[in-house]
Amino acid sequence: MSTITFLILFPLLSAIALLVLRTDAARGVIVKVSATLIAVASIYLAYQYFGIGEEYFDFANETVNLGMTVIEVLLAIMIIYLGIKYKKYLASVLAAIQTPTMIWFEVKVGHHIHVTNNLYVDRLSIIMVLIIGIIGSIITVYALGYMKDFQHHHKDQPDRRPFFFFIMYLFLGAMCGLVLSNNIVWLYFFWEITTLCSFFLIGYTKTEEAINNSFRALIMNLLGGVGFVIAIVIMGSSLGTLELNQLIMMGMFGVPAVTYVAALLAFAGITKAAQMPFNSWLLGAMVAPTPTSALLHSSTMVKAGVFLIIKLAPLLGWQSLAGIMVMMVGGITFIMASFAAVSQSNAKKVLAYSTVANLGLIVACGGIGTYAAVWAGILLIIFHAITKSLLFLCVGTAEHNIGSRDIEDMDGLFTRMPKLATYMIVGISAMFLAPLGMLVSKWAAMKAFIDNGGVLLVMFIAFGSAATLFYWTKWLGKMVAIMANRENIQSGVNKDENFVLSTLTILTVIVCLIFPLISKTMIVPYLIKAFPYVDPKHMILALSSTNMTIMVIMLFVLIVLPILFFGRTNKKIVPIYLAGANLGDDLTFRGAMEKEVPVSLKNWYMEGYFGEKKMNVIGVIATVVIITGVFAILLGGVL
Amino acid sequence: MNMTIIISVIAYIILAPIVGGLLAGIDRKISARMQGRVGPSILQPFYDMFKLMEKEAITVNKAQDFYVGCFLFFIIVTGGFFFAGLDLLLVIFTLTLASVFLIVAAFSSNSPYAQIGAERELLQMMAYEPMVLITAAGLYLVTGSFNISDIINPENGMAIKFLPGIFLGFVFILTIKFRKSPFDLSMSHHGHQELVKGLTTEFAGKTMALIEIAHWYENIFLLGIVFLFIANGTVWGAVAAVVVCLVTYFIEILIDNSYARMKWQIAINSSWIVAITLGFINMLVIYFSKFVL
Repeated sequence: MSTITFLILFPLLSAIALLVLRTDAARGVIVKVSATLIAVASIYLAYQYFGIGEEYFDFANETVNLGMTVIEVLLAIMIIYLGIKYKKYLASVLAAIQTPTMIWFEVKVGHHIHVTNNLYVDRLSIIMVLIIGIIGSIITVYALGYMKDFQHHHKDQPDRRPFFFFIMYLFLGAMCGLVLSNNIVWLYFFWEITTLCSFFLIGYTKTEEAINNSFRALIMNLLGGVGFVIAIVIMGSSLGTLELNQLIMMGMFGVPAVTYVAALLAFAGITKAAQMPFNSWLLGAMVAPTPTSALLHSSTMVKAGVFLIIKLAPLLGWQSLAGIMVMMVGGITFIMASFAAVSQSNAKKVLAYSTVANLGLIVACGGIGTYAAVWAGILLIIFHAITKSLLFLCVGTAEHNIGSRDIEDMDGLFTRMPKLATYMIVGISAMFLAPLGMLVSKWAAMKAFIDNGGVLLVMFIAFGSAATLFYWTKWLGKMVAIMANRENIQSGVNKDENFVLSTLTILTVIVCLIFPLISKTMIVPYLIKAFPYVDPKHMILALSSTNMTIMVIMLFVLIVLPILFFGRTNKKIVPIYLAGANLGDDLTFRGAMEKEVPVSLKNWYMEGYFGEKKMNVIGVIATVVIITGVFAILLGGVL
Repeated sequence: MNMTIIISVIAYIILAPIVGGLLAGIDRKISARMQGRVGPSILQPFYDMFKLMEKEAITVNKAQDFYVGCFLFFIIVTGGFFFAGLDLLLVIFTLTLASVFLIVAAFSSNSPYAQIGAERELLQMMAYEPMVLITAAGLYLVTGSFNISDIINPENGMAIKFLPGIFLGFVFILTIKFRKSPFDLSMSHHGHQELVKGLTTEFAGKTMALIEIAHWYENIFLLGIVFLFIANGTVWGAVAAVVVCLVTYFIEILIDNSYARMKWQIAINSSWIVAITLGFINMLVIYFSKFVL
């Protein structure tokens, strides 16, 4: 219990300390100490509840409820003010609908409902806390060095780093609260805090683009928030409970009103997980400094969305309209975002589309709602968090050292920054190649899709995977290209950054090695509790233990092979073949008319096939039709 | 049971390059006859390979040989998994890993010809990948298992009865996998293409020989998948399956010799259209009969 309180409140204290103590030295110490403490606390929480697995806490406290309400009102006033100030009236309107409704509900109905358990821990929340506590806080350590460089590059702007770190730590605390709240009103409170945190982080640079994009994120997430509020109102007034576990229990017993609540909560999850038609906010978020992107994409924000959907999975599936909506939206988002990623050369944009696509896969797994699909979904959450944070931070470091985040400018990175290129190669491989993490979970997802997803989802994953293979491999190709005569600038990388990158790389590999253990001790026990109607003896996982063992052995082989053989050759090195006489440096040749021509190699982007705009239009139209269709049918049922 | 697995894997590792090489020799002989030539001895691929082995040891960088070695290693592992009767998806993903090593080897040279070859190879992978995955899904749906040892179980009968569309779709993309015209975009056995030797431009001597051997291994394994469609666990079924494999290979040779190379757009368009029509409709029928009827 005390660990839980610590995990929610301590980041808040660090946040305040970071806001008040403004010197570089103090910030360095606070961030490093807090990050360590939060990581240790999250591991301790896992250790504490490892055997128990699941526990609910009363923690009833009127002051807390009152405090949350007051903060909600203050935040709403702030959003309304900011909306008017920047002429983004929709944000003001949404806030003006959402918060008064919530207050009215609490006074009228919510106040009379007794909540037995406000907080809880189960194995899924332990996994989430570990992701937030370890990945999230390590990103803040990276941000120390990065933001120093950033400020150095943007001297014209005022130093707002105290505010930046304040928001980052607030974010971590809110995320911990979100995954540990059983009281849906509390969950909503933390949900809204994360929305606001991401709003401030995206708008950090205060350029026109940043402000526009931050408001887009705010508006889309407030829209989800409105859905969340309506869900709470229905839940309180017709189900008479405000507890998440009660809701799920009622759903399993087939209480009709649960369908509406589930559909609305899933809608909120879809907005936060940046699914189509709401994916544009996450793409817009890349205007922010890179640590923000890493945080939003890996351990916070979007993971809150998929967490809620995975949590609700037992209520979804083919028998519920909400389930069909969620799996279709996820499936369409996966294929369209994967296609769009092919046409991008901006590294951050490729990563953003890949995140949207992978979240689509997780959402679709939640929508299918069988234990096998949820197993795949949870594995995807874990692997994606680690690998995506690694890749974002690598791109951030590359950008500060080579001055560009364009993949085309990363030519010869293997010669210029061998360490960084190696981290990136590991990260990219881990996103799509056997025997590494994402492929393992995608494999499980594919099997779940074939079993229970219907033929359309199978087609989505087959074609989406082909595009995934294409855009990762061509990036990998740029990374491995060896260009002679390039200066090694690896030493320019900040020590903290290097520490974080190497830690994440090692973590990527280690988690791939021990995932059968994670599955056995954490995910499967969670599934047994979450799907009480499935006999544990008949729980057949998507990946048999033979396959898991083979994956782990293959990974060992892949670690050993380069150590033994990479670069060991006695062969004579000769120049490459060019379109004319190679001038000896492998970079220029003598072309027609005796002209010296420099070699420049570019990747394929297939704009005509996978143009970003086209993919977005198709995806948005399809998902809007599905979402409105499902809600129209649900509404028709009520009226 | 375990003994037969070990024997079949060892048999694959030893015999596949021999059979694959002979097949390549027969391929050249038949192709020559189709073109009205006498053609080389059917052992010619082996002579070529030994000759490559004796070439001067040169390379363009220190990394390339490692990647090519990994390519060959994982191609052998892919086939090994297949003939050990393991999971079909595992086999497909290992094949992908191997192919990525080959592409990475070409990219690492930073040579324009090799890179364009690598990009085209990648495009070809994107073209055939959906159909390969649909094939695995289809075999799973009609036999109830991804395990190759279960797929050829006598109880399941011939998979092709339920999967005619998927079988045709798979044979279509085999043209890409066998590197046959009109889809031999990334590298070709015929030295007349605009990309010199495409993907393999910067590989020399022994490295090139390894690529040839890997190609033989891969061809045998691919014919193994064709075998899965027909085999039903009986002897006559196995004989029929081998005959179908040979006929399929002959048809590929025929296609190779009757078409000029096409543009890459046609490769991806046609492969995806085949996957969407033949694959999707076949899947739809299976789902309909399985879950609705």
